[in-house]
Amino acid sequence: MNNVAETLIPKIGVITDVRIDTPDIKTFRVVTRDGKKAFDHRPGQCAMLSVPGVGEAMFSITSSPTNEEYMEFSIKKCGCVTEWLHQAEVGQEITIRGPYGNPFPVDDVFAGKNMLFIAGGVGLAPLRSVINYCRHYRDRYGSIDIVYGSRSKDDLLDYKEIIDEWATDSGVNVHLTIDNAQEGWDGHVGFVPNYVKELGFSTDKTAVLCGPPIMIKFTLEGLCAMGFDKTQIYTTLELRMKCGVGKCGRCNVGSKYVCKDGPVFRCDELDELPDEY
Amino acid sequence: MRKCSLDKLDLVFAEIAKNAELYLPVDGSDGGAVYQKWTEGTKRSEKLNTVKSPKDFFFPQTEDLMAFKTEGKSIDVIDTRKAAEDFVVFGVRACDVKAFDVLDRVFMVEPQDSYYTTKREHGVIIALACNKPSETCFCKTFGIDPKEPMGDISAWETDSEIFFKANNEKGEALLSKLSGLLADCADDAADAQKEKIDAIMDKLPLKGLTTEGFGGGKTEELFNRPEWAELSESCLGCGTCTFVCPTCQCYDIKDFNTGNGVLRYRCWDSCMYSDFTKMAHGNNRLTQKERFRQRFMHKLVYYPENNDGLFSCVGCGRCLAKCPISMNIAKVMKKMGGKASE
Ligand SMILES: Cc1cc2nc3c(=O)[nH]c(=O)nc-3n(C[C@H](O)[C@H](O)[C@H](O)COP(=O)(O)OP(=O)(O)OC[C@H]3O[C@@H](n4cnc5c(N)ncnc54)[C@H](O)[C@@H]3O)c2cc1C
Ligand code: SF4
Ligand code: SF4
Ligand code: FES
Repeated sequence: MNNVAETLIPKIGVITDVRIDTPDIKTFRVVTRDGKKAFDHRPGQCAMLSVPGVGEAMFSITSSPTNEEYMEFSIKKCGCVTEWLHQAEVGQEITIRGPYGNPFPVDDVFAGKNMLFIAGGVGLAPLRSVINYCRHYRDRYGSIDIVYGSRSKDDLLDYKEIIDEWATDSGVNVHLTIDNAQEGWDGHVGFVPNYVKELGFSTDKTAVLCGPPIMIKFTLEGLCAMGFDKTQIYTTLELRMKCGVGKCGRCNVGSKYVCKDGPVFRCDELDELPDEY
Repeated sequence: MRKCSLDKLDLVFAEIAKNAELYLPVDGSDGGAVYQKWTEGTKRSEKLNTVKSPKDFFFPQTEDLMAFKTEGKSIDVIDTRKAAEDFVVFGVRACDVKAFDVLDRVFMVEPQDSYYTTKREHGVIIALACNKPSETCFCKTFGIDPKEPMGDISAWETDSEIFFKANNEKGEALLSKLSGLLADCADDAADAQKEKIDAIMDKLPLKGLTTEGFGGGKTEELFNRPEWAELSESCLGCGTCTFVCPTCQCYDIKDFNTGNGVLRYRCWDSCMYSDFTKMAHGNNRLTQKERFRQRFMHKLVYYPENNDGLFSCVGCGRCLAKCPISMNIAKVMKKMGGKASE
């Protein structure tokens, strides 16, 4: 394994594409100077991106490891680094280090399972990596259901990919929802946890939840009420991070460091942790 | 074991300083002891311990990590790491030596922190037994014995002599360089002094403090105890306790615009600060109660859970001496230790 000098000291990444996803989320394509991926990763892992002089921040690698050309990050504008990145143009260099955290158990636990992905807002970013991984190795998984919701139609991340690619795949069911009715939207209206209840999934599935804490809380309750066991449900935690390697002491919940023991947790493992996330 | 008379100690220091920088506690301008580089004539402090812990030698309060040059859209990373020089620290107390073990298990486990590790490899620690343990000391609570300080070399002093024993190859290498100044002596030569230390330890006010009720696996039992509210009530969140503590490890990474580039450095941070865990969507430790609880749960439960039962308090007593509201880990342990309240 690397030592921290090599992990804290980042590589140079070049932004080769910027896609405007929603009014406050852009998706950035990043490669090294020689046009390669900065490193390999597993679905669910993260990277530290930085703009020297502005700061460093952790982001999920939203592209799937099966994409061998580049990495992508969907970034929501909310502070110094993210605002700076939103101004960046193609060709801009940034720094990148990683991969950090534990991945989703896509090759063992998830293999052969019917998958249920539930996301809210920018929470789709970490899920997109797993979803595209499962779609790539389609025959290794059973049915795939995706429930995704955002404030409005304009706030749905990866909308084109969802409609053009995911929704047209056989055995993949996409269920979209937005919080409030809106002109030009004839899909479902309502919050994600309620929509999940309405859809009523059978308990032979393995569920993966990502989104704002409040959405996770209510969706988890809903799934449990439907008869899901917490051992069938995975989620990710998001805490403030600096080092990414379990040393700066910032991201712990009890004796676990989210940067290295997470961000992926099985929901029954979360019950073992003190309620501080 | 080897020895020399105390009046020859300066010659020993001079010999050490020929090959490596030597640091030792001296009296600072404000009365407290501080580690300082030895030069001819430096007078060592008689104080029991330094105000700030010696963790600075390996994990400095601020430390450059790297630099960046930016030009237009391009960025270059500059490795600012320097080759470490050998150095020797004399007079480290048993508690503070143990604290290095605690930090090693953070910084030297995979992925190793090379900033810390290189300094650790280049430093030789001469640990000195405490002749006058004080009323804020409770190292024994954590199984540390002030009359048997570890380090690369252990030392004991009496009114007239000082004794040295090497604990590893690094220590042996240094002692052998001093052979012209040191005389061989029996291994039990310092025993009379050790007995005196034991006698003082027996009378210390905190000698009954135990770790019973703490340790790995106690999270559920301790986390929601009502006592946290009362204990943390007047904590100012000043972070003094974390800054003087030899085992506190939390750090921040920051960038500084130098005018013609960017310097990225790390600096000590504190879990007692309100913005430590602040995020865009909220803060998982909203009030001082949660932050206060984190500090003590980390030292007494989380750290031992991850480190084979080793506690990350060494009973040095610094937080007892320095907290402006006289709150400290000994009070927390007294209040919450033993059996869970019904
Ligand atoms: C494991 C993990 C995965 C993440 N994945 C994504 C992702 O895929 N897309 C995305 O847009 N964001 C993601 N985030 C959140 C992202 O790291 C923060 O939004 C980012 O750090 C804000 O940086 P900033 O410099 O723009 O904000 P700052 O200027 O530092 O701060 C603006 C506000 O954000 C808070 N903040 C600082 N750090 C964090 C943090 N780590 N998390 C949340 N708030 C923070 C500050 O306290 C402040 O309130 C992830 C965070 C983690 C820990
Ligand atoms: S918590 Fe207090 S007594 Fe314990 S090692 Fe830290 S400063 Fe010393
Ligand atoms: S316990 Fe005391 S020293 Fe520590 S942050 Fe609170 S007031 Fe400051
Ligand atoms: S981010 Fe530093 S310990 Fe997790």
